[in-house]
Amino acid sequence: MNSYINYFKSKRDNNKSYLKCLKKKTKRRDFLFTATTAVGAVGAAAVVWPMIDQMNPDASVKALASTEVDISSLTPGNTLTVLWRGKPVFIRRRTQEEIDEARSVKMEDLIHPEKDEDRAKNPEWLVMLGVCTHLGCVPLNDKGDYNGWFCPCHGSHYDTSGRIRKGPAPWNMEVPKYEFINANTIKIG
Amino acid sequence: MSDHDYRPKSKVGQWFNDRLPLLTLANHLTDYPTPKNLNYWWTFGGILTFCLITQIVTGLTLAMHYIAHADMAFESVEHIMRDVNYGWLIRYIHANGASMFFLAVYIHIFRSLFYGSYKSPREIIWILGIIIYLLMMAAAFMGYVLPWGQMSFWGATVITNLFSAIPLVGEGIVTWLWGGYSVDNPTLTRFFTLHYLIPFLILGLVVLHIWALHVPGNNNPVGIDIKKPSRDTVPFHPYIVIKDGFALLMFMIVFAFFVFYAPNILGHADNYIEANPMVTPAHIVPEWYLLPFYAILRSVPDKLLGVVAMLSAILILAVLPWLDTSKIRSAVFRPLYKQFYWILVADVLILGYVGAMPAEGLYLLIARVATAYYFLHFLVILPVLGFKEKTLPVPLSITEPVLGGSPNLAAARDKESKIE
Repeated sequence: MNSYINYFKSKRDNNKSYLKCLKKKTKRRDFLFTATTAVGAVGAAAVVWPMIDQMNPDASVKALASTEVDISSLTPGNTLTVLWRGKPVFIRRRTQEEIDEARSVKMEDLIHPEKDEDRAKNPEWLVMLGVCTHLGCVPLNDKGDYNGWFCPCHGSHYDTSGRIRKGPAPWNMEVPKYEFINANTIKIG
Repeated sequence: MSDHDYRPKSKVGQWFNDRLPLLTLANHLTDYPTPKNLNYWWTFGGILTFCLITQIVTGLTLAMHYIAHADMAFESVEHIMRDVNYGWLIRYIHANGASMFFLAVYIHIFRSLFYGSYKSPREIIWILGIIIYLLMMAAAFMGYVLPWGQMSFWGATVITNLFSAIPLVGEGIVTWLWGGYSVDNPTLTRFFTLHYLIPFLILGLVVLHIWALHVPGNNNPVGIDIKKPSRDTVPFHPYIVIKDGFALLMFMIVFAFFVFYAPNILGHADNYIEANPMVTPAHIVPEWYLLPFYAILRSVPDKLLGVVAMLSAILILAVLPWLDTSKIRSAVFRPLYKQFYWILVADVLILGYVGAMPAEGLYLLIARVATAYYFLHFLVILPVLGFKEKTLPVPLSITEPVLGGSPNLAAARDKESKIE
């Protein structure tokens, strides 16, 4: 009987030292586990980023950054639409009435307050992206409640300065970077 | 169930099955105990499987002739229509197949809504279904872009621009999605890639959907738990197989009607005009199956909130099992819910109708009321109804309503209620 008890006692002690030993080993394993996970995560991120970034505009798309437009044939009250980076750009030669209308609007009446003076440096020429800031449709010329543009998709009204006046669009139509190279040519981009 | 005891009869079968228990799986699917009172609304699961396989097979064959390039996509689709042997047939099956797929999935979803199939213990089946539905919408949208017609182009522009509503990073995300500064060739090629991938993701999810279904078993028109197998069940084969098969044939008649007699009625004439980034069609409309959500998007005057409302309208379905507080599954025993159910059906149909109309005047007003009611149904009516509604007594078994007059059954019911 005693021998049995001793046997179990020795077994228990053995177990204790075994557990102790296990504890030590677990610590080393913990380190290994953490280190591997950390290196693995960094490595995975390094591989994932190229996979994500390949979807961004590539070099050939970025290369098409600017476009030159001949505006000599444009008469007052007419709009020329040109394609720049896949998007239409409106070049509007405004009449005096349109300019007056755009400049007389009070700032507090605007959803996205911007002065016409800032949008059209040369008041006769309004250059802006012909893209509705709601969901990207092309607004129609000389339409809408404000004699400017009207987007047929979801009913946004823009004034003669291309500023949003009514409807779901949050901002005015964007004015891109452009310059007059000479009296008859505009360079967009 | 007897699945685990199954042993193939032939030696070869046993040898194979010990190494890969495919025959056990086949046996499980054949013997799978199914409630014997399933009506024809339950046949749409099988119909949907057929739709998925049809789309994959016709899609693969179309991909052999289609060219995913902005300069050639439109022409290659016309080439399929005019030159490729039976190309017109394959393309019409694929295009109308998408509509048939959604028709079937809407019936399938509204079946679940009526009979409470989304309730415990079937929440995971339901959520997997919602994920499949979301993937279906993504696949359908990207597929619609591929012919590179006017609706393709402007639909893609409008939908991708939804992401620009996200504050700060929105514009960057849209540029990233496009691979440029507008929808163009890089957008087309990636949409083609994803359109090819998604059906296989759906196929994988369908396997999980069915797996999850086979754990608790089918719900049924009276919506009570049943013992399986028992006198309330029949084996899947041949009883359900033949019923599903018959319903599928009926469905294929409708399918064939569209393919052969009205192949373009569900599409838009504008999509036979090649994509033109300079001109937006006067009236942009998504495909009919997305119209209710489109109506919700347009009914909110704010851009970001409109997008949020549209997404919520879909995602609210995922939490439906917890919004519906009623313990009774089937609407048959829920007199009030049954009425609200039909109001919801009408509400979604109205949303679909105004989604196709211009967003102005009376249409806009109707869209706003219908949108508000849609959310009211899920967020207020359903949770409250579970507490307030006085439900009708549910039968003890599926057999009871059928043999209700049987004296034996009445006695049996008496006995059971005494035990309780």
